[in-house]
Amino acid sequence: MGRYYQPEIETAPREKILEIQNEKLVRQVRHVWDNVPYYRRLMEEKGVAPEDIRGVEDISKLPFLSKADLRDAYPYGLLGTDLKNCVRIHSTSGTTGKRVVAFYTQHDIDLWEDCTARAIVAAGGTEEDVVQVCYGYGLFTGGSGLHGGSHKVGCLTLPMSSGNTERQIQFMMDLGSTILCCTPSYAAYIGESLAEMGYRPEDNKLKAGIFGAEPWTEEMRRDIEKKLGIKAYDIYGLTETSGPGVAFECEEQHGMHINEDHFYAEIIDPDTGEVLPEGEKGELVFTALDKEAFPLLRYRTRDICVLSRKPCSCGRTHVRMSKPMGRSDDMLIIRGVNVFPSQIETVLLKEGYTPNYQIVLDRERNNDTFDVYVEVSTDQFSDLMSQIQKMEKSLEAALRTMLGIGPRVHLVAPKTITRSEGKAVRVIDKRKLHD
Amino acid sequence: MAITQISLFLMNQPGQLVEAVGAISETGSNIRAMSIAEANDFGILRAIVSDTDKVCSLLKDRFLITRTPVVAAKMDDRTGALYPILTALNESNINIEYMYAFTGTGPEEAYVVLRVQDPALAEDVLHAAGITTLSDDSLNL
Repeated sequence: MGRYYQPEIETAPREKILEIQNEKLVRQVRHVWDNVPYYRRLMEEKGVAPEDIRGVEDISKLPFLSKADLRDAYPYGLLGTDLKNCVRIHSTSGTTGKRVVAFYTQHDIDLWEDCTARAIVAAGGTEEDVVQVCYGYGLFTGGSGLHGGSHKVGCLTLPMSSGNTERQIQFMMDLGSTILCCTPSYAAYIGESLAEMGYRPEDNKLKAGIFGAEPWTEEMRRDIEKKLGIKAYDIYGLTETSGPGVAFECEEQHGMHINEDHFYAEIIDPDTGEVLPEGEKGELVFTALDKEAFPLLRYRTRDICVLSRKPCSCGRTHVRMSKPMGRSDDMLIIRGVNVFPSQIETVLLKEGYTPNYQIVLDRERNNDTFDVYVEVSTDQFSDLMSQIQKMEKSLEAALRTMLGIGPRVHLVAPKTITRSEGKAVRVIDKRKLHD
Repeated sequence: MAITQISLFLMNQPGQLVEAVGAISETGSNIRAMSIAEANDFGILRAIVSDTDKVCSLLKDRFLITRTPVVAAKMDDRTGALYPILTALNESNINIEYMYAFTGTGPEEAYVVLRVQDPALAEDVLHAAGITTLSDDSLNL
């Protein structure tokens, strides 16, 4: 296997890519119109019919979809095919606790795994490689996404899932893993643990890492590369569009190539919804060109980034996206998990607390720390320390259930949470995740 | 007949305790006894003050404050005086959540403040053992 998994499409001339996109988009709009009444209604409200879309130059006529639509249409409202044709779901958190459930047909799984296979090959993967997947397996897309791609490339796949660092390191050293797939913060953590155990970077057989699911900086990249003695590649994706692999880095490590034969990307002004010219910073919007079960058109990712069609020395012709530079909503990504402040508010009210809280995010040994400060009210206060500690534990458990990630809860006195200009500061993010 | 203890929720930070004590002082109420329980982030100041109602009403807007009935058992200020009190409670299988002590206004006179689930029951047990307890009225000295 060469440098590309699917060389013909990955290095196709721009005209060819455009031709594929035009053809797929026309077909996809018809598919959605016929099968997804929710979106059809949005199209009708905008006065647009399938005939109006003759190619990607017409795409801005189509209505946007947002996380709110996924919530409103939960669970089956955006399903594009009969359930009997679906073979799997994945899920991620939604804004107010209602989860996003994405459906996949076998065709959808195949095209997704093609995308992750392209990422693995771009990171130097061949059938000789041992790929250690320590993204979580399960509802999260990370584990199965990279797992499937690794199979397609023919690598020996270690389905480790996340956590249990000691065991990760034991397998890594004993079986000679060559490619590591996980969140960048976990990669850094593994690097530190290796050093603590007395291993030098050259003691492991790793050559590359494919890291995603959370924001990370160039500084982190250099740190991970040094600690593990590898080249670190970024990968991008979201459950709504399938999972990781929507875009991936090549050896240039300068932007991620979007798999444009499957996903059409636009950059819009998040306030006006207007499409911005290439090179301008704005919100990334994706259209799934050939997914069957969850065919989202013009889905607003809320990630702020820049697209570039400048030729890349790797030979791939697909457009590159920058690392996300921020969000156009208040979603936080904590240890790879999406968290909305509104979810925390929902839990607090349900558990009988006031919605006076503050989220503090920081980094400790390259891992995110997640602390939630909550004001206690008079009727909750007890003279018994054990009672208050029990309240903290039970609130931690309730938040863990809602968010899928456990914060440390700190109960604080009323009116102690910082307010600026009368408005409570809900999030203090000290992580410096963007360059 | 139990006495009323006030508890204040304080952050575990410099300045918190002095602010609370200053506020109690401003009410003109005497702190007869106090103890602090500490956790990582916060502490609970528990105190017996001479005018509980006044302290509560003047501090409630500034502090998280709560009242709890506790038992104040009288003992002599001498070696071994606490032992019979605890023995009596133990024999009736009464658990003590926490306790602290203070000396009385009379010579050789001390009190132990006991936080128990059922103060009335604890007092009955103590009285039966010949031990006297304080009431709120006897605190306003």
